[in-house]
Amino acid sequence: MQPRQAINDFVIKFANVNGTGSASANGMFAKAIFRMGIPVSPRNIFPSNIQGMPTWYEVRVSEDGYLGRRGGTDIMVCVNPQSMDKDVKSVDPGGYFIYDSTKPLDLRYVRRDIHYIGIPFTEICLREYQDARQRLLFKNVIYVGALAALLNIDFGILKDLVADQFKGKEKLITPNVHALDLGYKYAMEHFDCPMGMHLESGRAVAKHISDFDQILMDGNTAAGLGAVYAGATVAAWYPITPSTSVVEAFDKYCRRLRIDPGTGKKNYAIVQAEDELSAMGMVIGAAWNGARSFTATSGPGVSLMSEFLGLAYFAEVPAVLIDVQRAGPSTGMPTRTQQSDILAAAYASHGDTKHVLLFPATPAECFELTVKSFDLAERLQTPVILLSDLDLGMNEWMSPPLEFDDEYRYDRGKVLDAEALDALDERFGRYLDVDGDGIPYRTYPGAHAEKGAYFTRGSSKDEYAAYTEDGDAYVRNMDRLLKKFETAKTLVPEAKIKSANTRTDYGVMFFGTTASPSYEAVEILEKEGIALDTCRIRAFPFTENIEDFIRDHERIFVIEQNRDGQMRRLLLNETAVDARSKLVPVLEYDGLPVTARKIARVMRDYIKGADVVNLMDDPALKELQS
Amino acid sequence: MTYLRPNFRHPDSPTNELGYTRQYYEGGLSTLCAGCGHDSISAAIIDACFQMNIEPHRVAKLSGIGCSSKTPAYFLSGSHSFNSVHGRMPSVATGANMANRDLIYIGVSGDGDSASIGMGQFAHVTRRNLNMAYICENNGCYGLTKGQDSATMDRDSVSKKGDVNMYSPIDLVRVAIEVGATFVGRSFSGDKAQLVPLIKAAISHRGFALLDVVSPCVTFNNHQGSTKSYAHVREANDATPVDFVPTRQEITTSYDAGTTQEVCLHDGSLVRLHKAADDYNIEDRQEALQAIAHHSGEGRILTGLLYVDRDSEDLHDVLGTTRQPLNTLTQNELCPGSRFLDSINAGLR
Ligand SMILES: Cc1ncc(C[n+]2csc(CCOP(=O)(O)OP(=O)(O)O)c2C)c(N)n1
Ligand code: SF4
Ligand SMILES: [Mg+2]
Repeated sequence: MQPRQAINDFVIKFANVNGTGSASANGMFAKAIFRMGIPVSPRNIFPSNIQGMPTWYEVRVSEDGYLGRRGGTDIMVCVNPQSMDKDVKSVDPGGYFIYDSTKPLDLRYVRRDIHYIGIPFTEICLREYQDARQRLLFKNVIYVGALAALLNIDFGILKDLVADQFKGKEKLITPNVHALDLGYKYAMEHFDCPMGMHLESGRAVAKHISDFDQILMDGNTAAGLGAVYAGATVAAWYPITPSTSVVEAFDKYCRRLRIDPGTGKKNYAIVQAEDELSAMGMVIGAAWNGARSFTATSGPGVSLMSEFLGLAYFAEVPAVLIDVQRAGPSTGMPTRTQQSDILAAAYASHGDTKHVLLFPATPAECFELTVKSFDLAERLQTPVILLSDLDLGMNEWMSPPLEFDDEYRYDRGKVLDAEALDALDERFGRYLDVDGDGIPYRTYPGAHAEKGAYFTRGSSKDEYAAYTEDGDAYVRNMDRLLKKFETAKTLVPEAKIKSANTRTDYGVMFFGTTASPSYEAVEILEKEGIALDTCRIRAFPFTENIEDFIRDHERIFVIEQNRDGQMRRLLLNETAVDARSKLVPVLEYDGLPVTARKIARVMRDYIKGADVVNLMDDPALKELQS
Repeated sequence: MTYLRPNFRHPDSPTNELGYTRQYYEGGLSTLCAGCGHDSISAAIIDACFQMNIEPHRVAKLSGIGCSSKTPAYFLSGSHSFNSVHGRMPSVATGANMANRDLIYIGVSGDGDSASIGMGQFAHVTRRNLNMAYICENNGCYGLTKGQDSATMDRDSVSKKGDVNMYSPIDLVRVAIEVGATFVGRSFSGDKAQLVPLIKAAISHRGFALLDVVSPCVTFNNHQGSTKSYAHVREANDATPVDFVPTRQEITTSYDAGTTQEVCLHDGSLVRLHKAADDYNIEDRQEALQAIAHHSGEGRILTGLLYVDRDSEDLHDVLGTTRQPLNTLTQNELCPGSRFLDSINAGLR
């Protein structure tokens, strides 16, 4: 079979061993393509382990600007003999397999329909370096150098990136550039460079899918920075992958931006709590006391925080929780991505509770919606949960640049300060619906010598925060909380709706990281003559345009990365339209980001009259992806 | 229903330096059982705050869940209060304190709240040396859920049903000293003379101050055979009397140097202990642990100020937070603005 030709449009995968320094070399590879002005989306697929396990890095290059996973592998760079068997099999026909040719290739790994490029990485390292650690580390840099020749990466950009990376450790620049050069020269001398699939800068790149260009950033860093911009002063957390880097980013930026110039003291406090229960307790305590506070966690942490989330809901204390979702309980799969905390977050806790949820889809949105979440939490005096996921949080995404409007002022919500309390003629009622929007007024402890003190407790209270077990008072309070949730609908970000070029009865709904591959799938089908309108959900409670969208379509695919169709269920539960027969679940839950090909395939099959298939049951697709 | 005290004040009621009467420090009418030790502790807190001329609104009261944790409703009605969830008051207190270091934090908990469900948070708030007074109203049982054994119930103590406890007890005082508490006292709800000065000292101490106050549950754990009954504690209490001398007060009474031990607290106030013959240095962790263990081994309850570390660093010191309460920082001080964001974007291209 002829090697496939493709310019600026392929998927390349690196099979590495965890803990061998491959991450920074791979990151440099992706960033170089990005700097060449070609849309790129890199993803780590890593084990729950620090060292020694197989780990993959998948880089999609797409001139059309598709950032979701496409599916399939065109080029495999195999640096890990452990996973070679699986890796050879996963290359698409016509693709390339780049391997370490120091030892001859095992015949079992020879396929006729793919192309082999052998480079003796180990041999080069043994020749060039004495030290075992250096041999390990530079092997990564050497393969990046070889790829520069094979794929036509601008070598000057790579050199700049090395210089950026070792700023402050200049001694390391020369040896790294030398290693790049070793790989580059070897490939130039032994192969026809560039190969059939390669990169070319300066070509037109599409920007219609999402306004992606300009920065490359992971969602967690963006969220951590968002908390700095939102004026968060208290962060409490307990380490858990994939959320840890949110608080680490907050910490990093605070150390730069939040040190009092006069005293050198910190204008923030970060407490590493003993567990997630405690982390949430601290967040609530701080918010009750008038500081903007937040925590970040993943599914297991949300479970532990549930009791406190309920208390915050009933006691009406703001809280910001960033949940970077991952798969399942325990260890192992948890380092894989999912969107499976939707229901746990929406209804977290005992009793009748509902929480405001936000669904960012890009790093820019992680930033923007984190800022927004503090406003919402304080305005609504309730927990706000930002539902990100591992794919968005821990991978670098091309994203619109972060934006901040200096005219914008924080919305600290309905808080009566000493002056306002002095002006108050009537008795202060902490849980009194003065404005008819379900949102009462609150006071901070210590605000006023005589007025405004109240007793905070979960339930059993009247409008004046006095203890009562009276059923009517309880019902009044619960109904007001519902009214407040209605008010929330008008404050949360609206869903983004895009109509197809022709009128259609079919719609697609998605959210978060499902957006990119869904938009792409819609375009794939559009080229086949199937028109679909799209609705990207950005918040719960559902804004009115979501109900309208459901009303306006006969069949709507709800695409999500969990087993139970959690968003679909939430839509059925929480919208006024009768949608049970309209909403078709399209699900993916194997822990890897859903691909555009899969989504397109399922929708196509459905529309062409086939039954709804569960993606995981489709052997053809499984074969294709492995 | 809501309990409010009649707003009657005797014209001759004495006032403190702020011009407030003691009544000003009271709360709603208690709904606890008549004779419950917890009510005496509330009264002692009221006395302490009244006598220390504390402005109620500068106090934040925090509690978990239990009869004990209900009591913040019965003192200092002029303070904000947070009745949180079972065993988790320490975390709420930590967050609150991080937000505003200038308030006085009084935490009220029970033995179930602190030594069972909240054991983790109790240990961690202690080791973080959060600046607060933490009062555990210890009755050896779960009052609110009708009398089950708690983890502080002594071995061989008999429950109301007649069961003998065979588990080894958790002594919060010893746990606290082990994990780095900087102020640890034990008292008895029936010994106001000792309890009030101890509360004052706990409030004055900068850092985490634990008071484990034995506080009999008259309904479920006040029978013969219980080691947390009034009768037993009165009999077994090895009490060291305590005086508290506020910062500005002249020291008038003189004591025999050999029998008193004085500790000057961070804010300049003075705690004076009237030593027993076998007394130890309360600034020595090991001696404190030994003395407590020794008394407990003899079936006795050592009360008083048991351990203090005067110059400890509280959580804010350790974290290096700014002097100004974090909740008063404004957007201008906190938000880096779009210019900085431009440089971040530039670094990500
Ligand atoms: C998560 C949770 N579990 C159980 C309870 C039920 N509960 C309420 S109070 C209490 C025990 C309180 O005992 P203690 O702290 O000693 O307080 P006391 O009533 O004795 O003063 C329990 C188990 C609860 N409120 N929350
Ligand atoms: S049950 Fe016990 S602890 Fe609770 S109020 Fe009554 S006496 Fe006090
Ligand atoms: Mg108890």
